[in-house]
Amino acid sequence: MDILNAVVAVLNFVVIPAASYGAQLALGALGVTLIYGILRFSNFAHGDTMAFGTAITILATWGLQALGISLGPLPTALLALPVGIAVTAIIVLATDRAVYRFYRVQKAVPIIFVMASVGVMFLMNGFTRLLIGVDEHRFADGARFIINVRDFRDMTGLAEGLAFKTTQGLSILMAVIVVWILFWFLNRTRSGKAMRAFSDNEDLALLSGIDPEKVVRMTWIIAAGLATIAGTLYGLDKAFKPFNYFQILLPIFAAAIVGGLGNPVGAIAGGFLVAFSEIAITYPWRKIAGYLFPDWQPDGLLQLLGTEYKFAVSFVILIVVLLFRPTGLFRGKSV
Amino acid sequence: MSTNRQAAAASHWRAPILFAILAVLFILEGTVRNGMFSGSWNTSLAILNMGLISAITALGVNMQWGYAGLFNVGVVGFFALGGLAPVLISTAPVEGAWQAGGPRMLIALATAVGTLALASMLWRHMPRGKLRGLALTALLIAGFVLYRGLFDPAVTAIESNNPARHGNIGGLGLPILLSWLAGGIFAAAAAWAVGKVALGLRSDYLAIATLGIGEIIIAVLKNEDWLARGVKNITAIPRPVPFEIQLQRNPEFMEFANSWGMAASTASGIWVKLCYMLLFLVVLLLLILLAELALKSPWGRMMRAIRDNETAAEAMGKDVTARHLQVFILGSAVIGIAGAMMITLDGLMAPVGYNPLRYTFLIWVMVIVGGSGNNWGAALGGVLIWFLWIKAEVWGPALIAFLTAPLPASSFKSGLLEGAAHMRFIAMGLVLLLVLRFAPRGLVPER
Amino acid sequence: MNYLSATDMRGGYGKADILHGCTLNVEKGQIAVIVGPNGAGKSTAMKAVFGMLPLREGRVTLDGQDITALSPQERVKKGMGFVPQVNNVFPSMSVEENLEMGAFIRNDDIAATMEQVFDLFPVLKDKRRQAAGELSGGQRQQVAVGRALMTRPQLLMLDEPTAGVSPIVMDELFDRIIEIARSGISILMVEQNARQALGIADIGYVLVQGQNRYTDTGQALLADPEVRRTFLGG
Ligand SMILES: Nc1ncnc2c1ncn2[C@@H]1O[C@H](COP(=O)(O)OP(=O)(O)O)[C@@H](O)[C@H]1O
Ligand SMILES: [Mg+2]
Repeated sequence: MDILNAVVAVLNFVVIPAASYGAQLALGALGVTLIYGILRFSNFAHGDTMAFGTAITILATWGLQALGISLGPLPTALLALPVGIAVTAIIVLATDRAVYRFYRVQKAVPIIFVMASVGVMFLMNGFTRLLIGVDEHRFADGARFIINVRDFRDMTGLAEGLAFKTTQGLSILMAVIVVWILFWFLNRTRSGKAMRAFSDNEDLALLSGIDPEKVVRMTWIIAAGLATIAGTLYGLDKAFKPFNYFQILLPIFAAAIVGGLGNPVGAIAGGFLVAFSEIAITYPWRKIAGYLFPDWQPDGLLQLLGTEYKFAVSFVILIVVLLFRPTGLFRGKSV
Repeated sequence: MSTNRQAAAASHWRAPILFAILAVLFILEGTVRNGMFSGSWNTSLAILNMGLISAITALGVNMQWGYAGLFNVGVVGFFALGGLAPVLISTAPVEGAWQAGGPRMLIALATAVGTLALASMLWRHMPRGKLRGLALTALLIAGFVLYRGLFDPAVTAIESNNPARHGNIGGLGLPILLSWLAGGIFAAAAAWAVGKVALGLRSDYLAIATLGIGEIIIAVLKNEDWLARGVKNITAIPRPVPFEIQLQRNPEFMEFANSWGMAASTASGIWVKLCYMLLFLVVLLLLILLAELALKSPWGRMMRAIRDNETAAEAMGKDVTARHLQVFILGSAVIGIAGAMMITLDGLMAPVGYNPLRYTFLIWVMVIVGGSGNNWGAALGGVLIWFLWIKAEVWGPALIAFLTAPLPASSFKSGLLEGAAHMRFIAMGLVLLLVLRFAPRGLVPER
Repeated sequence: MNYLSATDMRGGYGKADILHGCTLNVEKGQIAVIVGPNGAGKSTAMKAVFGMLPLREGRVTLDGQDITALSPQERVKKGMGFVPQVNNVFPSMSVEENLEMGAFIRNDDIAATMEQVFDLFPVLKDKRRQAAGELSGGQRQQVAVGRALMTRPQLLMLDEPTAGVSPIVMDELFDRIIEIARSGISILMVEQNARQALGIADIGYVLVQGQNRYTDTGQALLADPEVRRTFLGG
């Protein structure tokens, strides 16, 4: 039994990828859950907002690269992020003004908002295609690895290698920083508390003199920021392709619902839960079984589900939660 | 849903006039040849046929949305699942495939379904507590292991049976029209499963759950080669109408074509498309008739009462969730039928083509523009939006070229011309939002 | 001159009126109590006074100023505080944050006011970090009242502050309300427990079907055999 190599393999193939993917999902789910908490609908345009924000960030990155500006070992995209966030925030505020506010004044039922968000999704999708096309773009520059396989082997003398990509480290680090700032904002500042109050009890918030439009604007700006950061990290890690951002909508919704829609802590937990399940279930465990039980020769790959079906994992998690605990693990808004 | 249903009933002439305009558009497409129209009846009828399929899909979505306010974001999945029916029901059996792994596959699938059924029974009948959770987990794990033990070898066996040409389980060789019905049943079964879980909760949850099932069905079609060869596609799906080549070899038809002064290829193409058109029209009209009858029945009145005031209906003792489940299944069945019809029309099952933007969201634009709650409206929206969607591919760049004509050639100009293709998405999003806001009752409002 | 005067209010939620000419007056530092059967429109009348319901007819004045056209938020700024009947706290926020949100429109230092609220309801000080949704019914009502006091209102409106609390807690709450009134704040209160409420009322209104049926001092209403028979159960 070779526990050391098994642990390294688990870290390398499951824990690190899942932690970084989980960080990206958590940021995405935070955006969805905040919108839900304040505006009370599931925003189907969120995936395409992520794509749009990322597209702007990529354009800005190219601009910076053309000027010869870089961040050394870190991706230049980090410098371009503020541009992406700002432009996305403006666009998202414009859609609120032009689309959602009307239904808010009308007090339309949530499903109408959802449908309007589908219209916005179309628009965002079109804008993204116009800006950058439908092809795949890799825009990560700087150092590729924090630890690469060969160095790790040389360092430890183990047979199994371990790679830790810069983009993975960055995803985790950025998520920690962003979440910390977000929670500081929500729990410590007047505006953040007003947002929570509004999410908790809209009528009482109005009675207390909290301006709903201001809260809504703030929410959109934060959601745009979260979407752009999540999208950029995801794009840095995997490569940018607009359609992927439509597909990531399902795991993001699953994460937000698992955690309880409207509950930020839940969204983070949900993001990691979905990411770890997805990767653990689609990973072929044969190699690791080989380290642990050298005498066992299984016929299959010991893969519970093919990677093609990774979205099925989110779906099953979603179904299980809806069946057994529709308010989510962390008690979100009512069913 | 319209907010102002009492508003003056639209004039009686509104729908007929709109359908007439639509007819004129198709006639122009068939006869006038200029920058805007192709002047080819083959093109015109091809657009019309796909338009009719879109209309049937829109009809199904309209039953869910217009009758009950259910938002289905997985239309593409139900549509694709319906498309599986012609492959499994009507293509010729694949020699050796059934012997290789058919029974094992059936047993594997039965095991999966049985495990889930058993799990659900266990959950309902065992007393609450830790033991129940443990028993459930154990059952699911055992069921999964057993299922994979049966399923994996069956897949390998089927897929290694003449993999270059087949490698799939093959069909039953039954009449193709029967497969349309089967397509409806396939989609209905999936709808039952999703609806059972997601209905009765917040309205958004159904939307999210259908989004998921849609993606999963497409993933299954792309990856389960034993089922329908995955991305390797299935061709040679039987047709309910003659082949062009048969017509061209038929002297009587040739004479007939000559009497109209048409080339053999053109005439045979038009003939085949007309046959399809008739078939599709029959299905469409039949479905509209049934849908209208249902809507006017006590069942339909109750559906609308529930949609307009769920709380009041619930207070009156109506089982809202059960009604929603019914209408969700029926609507999905109609979508499935349309899916089977498209595969028949194409003669090809190619899962990579199932794009949610095209098969879910475009259908939604059709329903909203046509007039949610009105079956004729949905049908009109289906054909009209499909026509515009296809023509926008030509008109968009033409418009941009016309507008940018005075500009000197530049990268900006070429960028705009290239981007014109993407304008369709923006245009559709805009149409959806504008109609939703300014004319929520659509072109043909609900009566 | 009455501090609050709402005269001949008519209006409702949709087409049909709920209030059919309802009049309520409260004098400075006095306790006014509204009683009446369920569905009489008591809560509706409170909402109307607070500007949460469009009035078809009638006017509301506060300290001689016409406030009929003002929004609820503007009324808060004018010195009114309201504790709704239900959903009157922010459940996921701590007690302290609930109070802070109550003072949202204030830009000055709120620490002193918060101390006053804690003096009035000492339990809240111990539970200041706990989420309001986790408190008992009585404590939650204290949070709700405390929240409304944070703007230092001149008129405090309470809609059934003792709904669903035990008799001991109820007595305690009534004591606190009297204490608030002693400090010069006018109180307009709806109560189910008509006997106790009228016992502390300077003026009582019996509301039936959106109209004033009886108006008198609390003691007089308690003594009126007709009122006793129909509304106080003998
Ligand atoms: N939000 C509302 N929308 C429509 N009708 C309401 C609403 N709230 C209360 N009503 C109706 O107004 C009437 C008076 O209700 P309410 O003022 O709450 O009575 P009370 O507080 O005296 O028990 C009742 O018939 C009730 O059904
Ligand atoms: Mg009341």
